[in-house]
Amino acid sequence: MRGVSIRIAIASGKGGTGKTLVATSLAAAWREALIVDLDVEEPNCYLFFQDGDTTTKKAFRPVPLIDTDKCNYCGRCAEVCEYHAIAVFQKQVMVFDELCHGCGACTLFCPKGAVSEKDHYIGDIVRVQSKGGADLLYGRLKVREASATPLMRQVKREIDVGRSVIVDCPPGTACTAVESIRDSDLCVLVTEPTPFGLHDLKLSLEMTKRLKVPSVVFINKTGLRGPDVARFCAGKKVRVIGELPYEREIAEAYSKGKLIFNSPKYRPAFEALAEAVRQEVRSA
Amino acid sequence: MTEIVVLSGKGGTGKTTLLASFAALAKNAVLADCDVDAPNLHLLLKPHVREKGKFVGSKIAHLVGPLCKNCGECVPLCRFDAIKVIGSQHVKKVAIDERLCEGCGVCSRVCRYKAITMEDRVVGEWFVSDTRFGTMVHALLEPGAENSGKLVAFVKQKAKLEAKRLGRSIVLVDGPPGIGCPAISVLSGANLAVLVAEPTQSGSSDFGRIAELARGFAVPAVLIMNRYDLNLNMTEVIELQAKEAGIVPLGRIPHDEAVVNAMADGRTVMECGSGKATEAIEQTWNAVLRVSGAAVG
Repeated sequence: MRGVSIRIAIASGKGGTGKTLVATSLAAAWREALIVDLDVEEPNCYLFFQDGDTTTKKAFRPVPLIDTDKCNYCGRCAEVCEYHAIAVFQKQVMVFDELCHGCGACTLFCPKGAVSEKDHYIGDIVRVQSKGGADLLYGRLKVREASATPLMRQVKREIDVGRSVIVDCPPGTACTAVESIRDSDLCVLVTEPTPFGLHDLKLSLEMTKRLKVPSVVFINKTGLRGPDVARFCAGKKVRVIGELPYEREIAEAYSKGKLIFNSPKYRPAFEALAEAVRQEVRSA
Repeated sequence: MTEIVVLSGKGGTGKTTLLASFAALAKNAVLADCDVDAPNLHLLLKPHVREKGKFVGSKIAHLVGPLCKNCGECVPLCRFDAIKVIGSQHVKKVAIDERLCEGCGVCSRVCRYKAITMEDRVVGEWFVSDTRFGTMVHALLEPGAENSGKLVAFVKQKAKLEAKRLGRSIVLVDGPPGIGCPAISVLSGANLAVLVAEPTQSGSSDFGRIAELARGFAVPAVLIMNRYDLNLNMTEVIELQAKEAGIVPLGRIPHDEAVVNAMADGRTVMECGSGKATEAIEQTWNAVLRVSGAAVG
């Protein structure tokens, strides 16, 4: 734990289990928290922060720029590029920005010093200062940009030091999920009692174990006919830290972009969740 | 051969449930599950694996301990912060964090002691299987692995080869959520993108971005509203949004407990008698076939 600030990742293997619902309502219950939406491919938390002051800045990643006056078309840059992002012809060098990982090999190994770097726009970093309660920081990947992790890393660098952070993560168990979870003090895995939900929860627990991030489970949509997730968690000695019933009322409120925390019926569940999460982090 | 891919941007809108139902209706399709880091189609189709293999995604830097002089020259050159100096002030050691390595090979090239080698990294496993609805190609990415886009491309390619071999005219692809590299990999070369959306504010936001991606890659797309009756107003908003983007709203599937129950039993709703959802799905599938121009047989 870094001082008093703690970082909670809200994640799930399966999409649509209620990550954003839990993250936004937990942030409201937490007060003073910064909510960071790292699902930069499909950010949704902003829908719950419509009345705040927004500041946007553009994010870039480095891609090669060839100086044709210095280049002698030797092909060394293409040879050292593991991502096939450069092709050298007799009197032409082609750079494929989408394939570039920005590793800098071409710049480093060009014998003529003909490769420098230029900025390639990858999306926006947005901060929303709300009138009361939590603030939001999020990334919005440019559509057609393939790699989300460079933007995610830049968003993470904007996180205020010393502030408690609730991260809304992308779904899945691949590199983007890892990038959003890896520096957290606790990962809350949101699942649902369906065969899909349970299957993907198992994959997620495997991933957080490898990352050595302590994990607890939040079961959304309880009451659905399906596998007994609570029993599975008990068997694996994973704590179930909260749950929310499968009710049309919740789905309808969420569909209109309403914060579930604001409904008196469900508010206590999130206040209890915030307290349970604090305790869990303290005891870890 | 017609390649029909199901995508959504947002997760949990019902891609897999819908695709499994399409699989039950299609008579001549090869199926591919391209949600390689959280695959679910196999839970409904219960495949019998016929063929499998390891998938090498990229290279990974490997430190040959005895050769390393801990000079640290490679450390600042790694753009992915994957090489760190660990230990105390007196005993410094260079260590590679394999989770962060992207396999660029810069460290290996600059190391004057040849202490870093680049090794193949197995990032997952692929399978060709038999199901009650025909051949299915699927995969499982190692938890936390990179290069899911490459594995997606591999699965799709394998499915196409199977279709060719078996004389099937349709490849039906279940896609991942999001709009990043795996989704791009699914879209590339597809004949029709079936975009599944749910009638929520998030659903509208996410549909807008996947629709823009499909247009960016010049793949014709259609919209299917799932559980449309949850919020009829939002259904109309998203359908209008689709029309403005040149995407045809092709169908509406109502909320139906029969779908949830079928899933709990590990089946598709099409195998559980007829109801309001099954009728809508059948109509939608016929419309998809018509729009895609796929040969029916």
